[in-house]
Amino acid sequence: MNDDDVKKIMFIMRQAPHGTIYSYEGLETILVFGAFEQEMSMAFIGDGIFAAVKGQDTEGIGIKGFIKTYGVLEDYGVDHMYVDKESMEERGLTPEDFVVDVEVVSAAEIGRIMEEQHATIPY
Amino acid sequence: MLHTVNKSPYTHSTLAECSKVATPGSSILLIEDGVFAVQAGGAKVVDLNEIMKDKTVYALEPDIKARGISKVCEGVKVIGYDGFVDLAVESKSHAWV
Repeated sequence: MNDDDVKKIMFIMRQAPHGTIYSYEGLETILVFGAFEQEMSMAFIGDGIFAAVKGQDTEGIGIKGFIKTYGVLEDYGVDHMYVDKESMEERGLTPEDFVVDVEVVSAAEIGRIMEEQHATIPY
Repeated sequence: MLHTVNKSPYTHSTLAECSKVATPGSSILLIEDGVFAVQAGGAKVVDLNEIMKDKTVYALEPDIKARGISKVCEGVKVIGYDGFVDLAVESKSHAWV
């Protein structure tokens, strides 16, 4: 693929899992985008960070859960997963609480990276 | 970059999250229930004043009128749909839904 065809696309994840379908749909979209070999990243902000927390057991609420999907995202072209430091800290979480390796950065840094994207997609 | 916010700051953290991520010099456009932030005398005007120190805040007039917002706080630029289009073509945009 020509380099000019590769776009930088960032998924902005702001919704908690399970209560709504947003974060599940976001992951589904990323898997579809994977076929197009784009440079993808994710930014977890606010309650969005709960979607990537490890140890989620959804059996009791009768849904399949999607936490395992995070493990394959790198293969689908997701090069970076950013977590807003302030959102993480105010929810009592640490970098070790996530299901995959994340980059904990400031909100300002996420904003700077957003400006570099060809497209940002809200979930 | 243009950021649109369509949720009331009195029920959602959308505006707070958007404004801490948005870089200095960027624009925040309040639409739909987002415009409840601009009611003069409201508690959230303090937050808007903080945001407007390094960003420009716009609010969509049809949404303001539809919600009976009687007085818009100082500093917020009220625009119509045409102004919305102008902002959208000027730069990239992200919808904080």
